[in-house]
Amino acid sequence: MNTIPVEAGLLLAGILFVLGMISVLVRRNIIFMLISVEIMLNAAGLAFIVAGSRWVQPDGQVMFIFILTMAAAEVSVGLALILQIYHQLKTLDSDAANKMKG
Amino acid sequence: MKELLWLIPTLPFTGALLLILLGRKLPRFAVSLIGAGSVGLAALITILIGIDFNSSSENSFQQVLWTWIDVAGFKPQIALHLDALSFVFIFVITFVGFLIHVYSTEFMQDDEGYARFFTYLNLFVSSMLILVLADNLVLMYFGWEGVGLCSYLLIGFWYLEEKNGYAARKAFIITRIGDTAMAIGLFMLFKAFGTLHIQSILTQAPQIWTVGSEGAVIIAFLLLGGAMGKSAQLPLQTWLPDAMAGPSPVSALIHAATMVTAGVYLIARMHVVFELAPLAQMWVGIIGSLTLLLAGFSALTQFDLKRILAYSTISQIGYMFLALGVGAWSAAIFHFMIHAFFKALLFLAAGAVIHLLHHEHNIFKMGGLKNKLPAIYWTFFIGSASLAAIPFVTGGFYSKDAILWLSLAGEKGNVGFFLAALIGAFLTSVYTFRMVFVTFFGTEKTHVSHPAGNRMTIPLIILAALSTFAGFIELPHSIAHVELFSDFLLPVLPAITLQEGAESKEWIVQLIAVVISLSGVYMAYYFYIKKPELSDQLKASSIDFHNFWFSGWGFDKAYDTLFVKPFVFMATINKQDIIDKFYDELVQLADFLHRVFAWTQSGILRWYMVGIVIGAILIVTLSLLVGS
Amino acid sequence: MILLWFIIILMAGGILAWIAEKWNADLSRWISFLALSINFVIAVMIWSQHDFISIEPNSVWIADYAVNWIPVFGISFHLAMDGLSLLMLILTFFLGMLSVLTSWKEIQFKVGFFHFNLLWVLAGITGVFLTMDLFLFYFFWEVMLIPMYFLIGIWGHENRRYAAYKFFIFTQASGLLMLLAILGIYFIHGNVTGTYTFDYFQLLNTPFEPGMARWLMLGFLVAFIVKLPVVPFHTWLPDAHSQAPTAGSLILAGLLLKTGAYGILRFVIPLFPDAAHDISKWAMLFGVIGILYGALLAFSQTDLKRLVAYTSVSHMGFVLLGVFAFNELALQGVIMQMITHGISTGALFILAGSVYERIHTRDITQMGGYWKKAPFMGFIAIVFVMASLGLPGLGNFVAEFLILVGAWNSTHILTILATTGLVGATAYSLRIMQRVFYGTEIKSNHAFEDLSLREKLMMVPLVLVIVWLGFFPQPILNTSKIPVMNVIEAQSNTRKENVALEKLNTNEVLKGDNHE
Repeated sequence: MNTIPVEAGLLLAGILFVLGMISVLVRRNIIFMLISVEIMLNAAGLAFIVAGSRWVQPDGQVMFIFILTMAAAEVSVGLALILQIYHQLKTLDSDAANKMKG
Repeated sequence: MKELLWLIPTLPFTGALLLILLGRKLPRFAVSLIGAGSVGLAALITILIGIDFNSSSENSFQQVLWTWIDVAGFKPQIALHLDALSFVFIFVITFVGFLIHVYSTEFMQDDEGYARFFTYLNLFVSSMLILVLADNLVLMYFGWEGVGLCSYLLIGFWYLEEKNGYAARKAFIITRIGDTAMAIGLFMLFKAFGTLHIQSILTQAPQIWTVGSEGAVIIAFLLLGGAMGKSAQLPLQTWLPDAMAGPSPVSALIHAATMVTAGVYLIARMHVVFELAPLAQMWVGIIGSLTLLLAGFSALTQFDLKRILAYSTISQIGYMFLALGVGAWSAAIFHFMIHAFFKALLFLAAGAVIHLLHHEHNIFKMGGLKNKLPAIYWTFFIGSASLAAIPFVTGGFYSKDAILWLSLAGEKGNVGFFLAALIGAFLTSVYTFRMVFVTFFGTEKTHVSHPAGNRMTIPLIILAALSTFAGFIELPHSIAHVELFSDFLLPVLPAITLQEGAESKEWIVQLIAVVISLSGVYMAYYFYIKKPELSDQLKASSIDFHNFWFSGWGFDKAYDTLFVKPFVFMATINKQDIIDKFYDELVQLADFLHRVFAWTQSGILRWYMVGIVIGAILIVTLSLLVGS
Repeated sequence: MILLWFIIILMAGGILAWIAEKWNADLSRWISFLALSINFVIAVMIWSQHDFISIEPNSVWIADYAVNWIPVFGISFHLAMDGLSLLMLILTFFLGMLSVLTSWKEIQFKVGFFHFNLLWVLAGITGVFLTMDLFLFYFFWEVMLIPMYFLIGIWGHENRRYAAYKFFIFTQASGLLMLLAILGIYFIHGNVTGTYTFDYFQLLNTPFEPGMARWLMLGFLVAFIVKLPVVPFHTWLPDAHSQAPTAGSLILAGLLLKTGAYGILRFVIPLFPDAAHDISKWAMLFGVIGILYGALLAFSQTDLKRLVAYTSVSHMGFVLLGVFAFNELALQGVIMQMITHGISTGALFILAGSVYERIHTRDITQMGGYWKKAPFMGFIAIVFVMASLGLPGLGNFVAEFLILVGAWNSTHILTILATTGLVGATAYSLRIMQRVFYGTEIKSNHAFEDLSLREKLMMVPLVLVIVWLGFFPQPILNTSKIPVMNVIEAQSNTRKENVALEKLNTNEVLKGDNHE
């Protein structure tokens, strides 16, 4: 059976993770930041899957299901927070939420 | 009778205490009774003790009252020691003190602080008596500082004038400088002898030290420092002319008769130490002769009646120091006694003049008082004659003549000392009679308010009598050879040894002294009575000298620039305390760090993300590096 | 047991006074006064009944009280009293009574809490003077710190917050160093002997390596010299003194500073005799610097309370000089100085407080000529101004003279410099008289009345005490004789041992040479 080499899978996961991270850093719209975090989570999940298939262990997929659950929970909390922020500040710019500086 | 010795200082002290407690409530009559009465009683007891003491065979008498401090061998007692030397002093203090108290009851009668005045005066008499009666140096230091305090309080008696307060403070601080030297001397004495008991020190000193020992010399110089401060000798003399801010009886009692001679007492009391330290003793003489010259020149130029007398006092104490310096111990004490009489007299009479002329101090605004105030004129004249050492009839002649003679013929005397004393004698008679002629002769310029009362004139008359007749108890060889006074002091103070073959020249020296003092009087007469315009011309032609002498040889100014201004400057620039700046900087640093860290807490979400990312990268890199 | 009561009465009195405010503010004043006077009477009775001269040198402890507190760590509640502690206690209660009296009119805000703090400070001070357990000592050290912070911070003058923080940080930081040193001793002693204990008497003869001993000693010393205070750690003092209410200044100057001196005498020298001896020259130098620098700064101040505060710096320099001269004369002088300074400076602060109550300023450039209006006050002022410049006949002279005579034995130059400090003392002391009481009165709207009956009631005892100490200091000197001898013995014993050891060594070396 011709399989994809593990390096390629990990490379894809790495690229996805870095893309997600960069967009968290540069985006100011808080919804996009949330989406970017999701991308990073999925990148991590992908790395687990690749590793799981490399050693033929179920742990990788188990971990992915964990991440999926956590991401769902995170999104629900995150969206609630975003709604609140929009409600309070009338904007989705994350820099506006700097009330706790200093 | 001798057992009553403790009463002598205690009586005036009790008087002071009563006046502190009740002074403001008592009527003036009661205040005078307590104030003058307590000193009068002390004088009476002194005379009784003196009779008793003179008839007994013992040379000294101790009375221990209680142990003051007892720590590790340091055991000063509150104990009194009476011998011939301290007797002369307590006699002068109580007797002259009593006369001045009586005088003050009239002089101060309109003053608001009547009770306060007598409180201080009594306290002073008591401290001064402790000073001279102390049997150990710590107790003497007690009296020493006590009189300093009273002097401070009395100079600043009229405290509403700010400058009086400054004069008082100046006096206290300058004498304190001398006291510091003296205190260090006491530490050294205690280290050397293990005791500060005067008689033990005097007996042990020749065993511990040889003549010229380093310890003896240093200690003698330190004690001399104390004496210089208290007795207003060069270079610590500047406080005395300013001290004239006090009421005249104070100037008479403290700044002429008693306190300022405490230095003379100290040196005479510790004469054994000074004999073991010839260098220090010579410096006593040098300081005395320089002081008497400097003060003499300054007195020539003053126009404030009391300042003339103040400079004259400095100059006369210079004579006493000169006598001490050549080892003429009893001559110094004799001059002290006579000086106490005539100088107290002069100050009291001057005070009366000033009092009756509505506080006019300037002699050139007086004049012609001879007929208006005959009693004061005559007593003042007698005092002046004594000060100027008018030959044969005044006490001052005999006491000063002894010093003149011994400064040349004494074993430690020399021509330098003699010339200084001679010039000083000439200056003395010039400035004295300048003062007399300007004040009492010529035309009347100021209105006299009322004649002086009995309480003022009687003390003056008694003092005038004393300053004339007291001289006859010690007459020179060439005249009658009476030595009552020095014989009396002989158990305490050794007799002076003369240079070989000097006795025969005594009459020459006396002749010179007579000529000098009379020519001084004539010069004053010539310049101020016969041709008054000459004195103005002289003054105008040498105005620089005049001003220099008038300001007391510029000492005040020099000290001001050398010590006072730098000290005040340093104090002022450092008012905020430079060390506190360091802690302020520390606070600033903490504050700066606080700002830096607070700035990182920007509240911008993406900043925190950057932080997390950088941190994660660092950790991963480090763990990789460490792992490999 | 009586020792415990001293502290309990004060602490309970404090709580009662706080509660009593609900009914009547004056009630809490009376409760505080009563608590302090009970303690004062007890202490004076003990003093008058105890024979201090003929006792055996070993039985110096008049009373001793010890119960286990936290036995696991070797902490006990151990109080003991010797002559030195007793003298300090009498001073504490005496000044405590005065501080209640002086606040009678001044404090009108949160009266109950004020007296609570006052009594708890005093309880802490009492504890510090009594405790013989290092842990407990640290505990009481903190107890006296925190209420003092409140006293300054709540009832102080215009700049009180700053002063309170400064006071707190200085003492707290230095106290932490002491805590470290205490723990250091605890563990070293435990390691060496196997018993872990904070008990003073057991720790006394702990052997240390010289290097370690030096660091531990410095830990203690820093806490004490900050309290004392020694230049350059003095800057909290003028702020705290000038901003505190009168009672606060009185307690600070009269008592808190003395805990520093007491600590050096009780802990630094007996615990680390060698290390203390090694730094003695430096300590004396800093003492002299303190004398002169304090005098210079006192002279330049225009704030009356600040001026008096700097005089404390100057006077406490004498204490440091005397302590490290290590001889009986100087140490006796130090104890006298602690007492007389407490009284004279306390009195000057009360006077400053009285002046402030009348004209609402502490600036001496706005004063002058008050002698005319308040002659009694002028009389009191002259007494304490003279005490401050060391006039014989008042207690301070005895103290300073003994210190200087004693110090002369160990150092000449420093003693000479310290003696010149007396001239400085004259300059700054007379400045008070000159500016406040001499001269003509500057016109002001305030009526300037002479001392009231309450103020006279405070001042007259102070005058009597300072004069009594000047003429009859011997009872005090007798009381403190044995504690002082013990301090000196602690010093000389170890020195002797060391010298003996060195001699032994050299002898052996010599013998060794002979054998060869």
